[in-house]
Amino acid sequence: MNIHIPTPLRVYSDKQDTVSVDAATVGQALDALTAKHPELKKHLYSDEGKLRSFVNVYLNDEDIRYLPEKEATKVSDKDALSIIPSIAGGTSRPGIRAFGATAGSSTGTLNSRSRNE
Amino acid sequence: MATTLEHPAALPQLSNEEIARYSRHLILPEVGMEGQQKLKVAKVLCVGTGGLGAPLAFYLAAAGIGTLGLVDFDVVDESNLQRQIIHSTKDVGRPKIDSAAEKLEALNPHMKIVKHETMLTSANALEIIKDYDIVADGTDNFPTRYLVNDACVLSGNKPNAYGSIFRFEGQASVFATEEGPCYRCLYPEPPPPGLVPSCAEGGVLGILPGLVGVIQATEVIKLILGKGEPLIGRLLLVDSLNMRFRELKLRKNPDCPVCGKNPTVTKLIDYEQFCGIIPEPKPAAVQNGIAQMSAVELKQRLDSGEDIFVLDVREPHEFQIANIHGHLIPLGDLPARVSELDSSREIVVHCKSGGRSQRAAEFLAQSGFKKLHNLAGGITAWSNDVDPTIPKY
Repeated sequence: MNIHIPTPLRVYSDKQDTVSVDAATVGQALDALTAKHPELKKHLYSDEGKLRSFVNVYLNDEDIRYLPEKEATKVSDKDALSIIPSIAGGTSRPGIRAFGATAGSSTGTLNSRSRNE
Repeated sequence: MATTLEHPAALPQLSNEEIARYSRHLILPEVGMEGQQKLKVAKVLCVGTGGLGAPLAFYLAAAGIGTLGLVDFDVVDESNLQRQIIHSTKDVGRPKIDSAAEKLEALNPHMKIVKHETMLTSANALEIIKDYDIVADGTDNFPTRYLVNDACVLSGNKPNAYGSIFRFEGQASVFATEEGPCYRCLYPEPPPPGLVPSCAEGGVLGILPGLVGVIQATEVIKLILGKGEPLIGRLLLVDSLNMRFRELKLRKNPDCPVCGKNPTVTKLIDYEQFCGIIPEPKPAAVQNGIAQMSAVELKQRLDSGEDIFVLDVREPHEFQIANIHGHLIPLGDLPARVSELDSSREIVVHCKSGGRSQRAAEFLAQSGFKKLHNLAGGITAWSNDVDPTIPKY
């Protein structure tokens, strides 16, 4: 099945927007994805191994959190998984911490809090 | 039809000029005289007059929204003009709110513009929002996103026409209606700072906020008219590069901390703290174990002939725009190309503004490199403090 990788995470998937994996369940598909691209793992999972709350995974158009069997849901080759991270941009402008870069990393622009674009 | 706004029993009359102006609306059965009167009586708050806010406010003004509130405290910058079409070259340096209000008044003198020249904060958000029927969120950062969402829910479920963009992709939805999910149902928590690349470093296609902002305006108008199928409980994904629109189902989370059955957020909180942002950080000499070097110091040390290896971890297309002759290894390629680096030499890592290079330096430190520095403020600081002929982007 295909897993769609969003722009912000493509830097960890060799720039691929779609990764194909063989899997029988949602969980297996995500495991296969992070096995192929280990860098993605810490962006998708917390240290406790749970999917992060700002990353949503959709099986076709349905959030897997609301599927009765969640990550154990069976999948076929025709299904597609999409990773949908939260994005905050109204536009991009240097000095605006749209994605919340590391504190102090963007030239002392933290005082631009809540700047509206 | 899921949601209709409450309108006063007596709708305002349209003047002959207004009838002429809105004639293409009036002959649409879905709008008609009554719909146009509903638009005239409606009060909409645009949070932000930038990329999303510019097309949003422009189209709402053209459509005949009676009262349009604008919230902004920023000034027009040259780099805004690539997408913030409500501002002109002559407006560079002016407050965005004045520039925007001037264009909107010129477009439609029949409307009332209310200027809120302030940062939306936990202290003022409820007070500002209370006078409006609908909020359109055109902000650009997580703290304000959560603030707008919570304020809309806590103001008695004021619909929030939401739009957000990154590079070539956008999202749109309508949050915080009585029956629908809110932003926190979709994303209960923001990403911790530093985990996802910053939008300032990522860039954005200029037309994208146009596409997404106009979707937001469309939703606002539909909600006022009570026509069509609003984007409630649906997340529209816009991929401008492949020009694909997709739709995902959103559900109201019964355990949502703000709109769920037993809410734990019952008043506005400190959203900077919630998003893990430390206010007013002092420039640290060492950050996460990585020594920080200023652009001026790097210049002095290079000029004095010290053996310093400058590592540039930006993308090749950024290198083309501006470079300081560093050795280019994009951050994502660093793990595979680390063998190109000599750990016995002193290495100064830089990117555009210091975020990616800090992560690169942290990675190198974990890989056993010792003589590491991060160029604080990146090539932007170099341009500001050392060599203004290096373009800023």
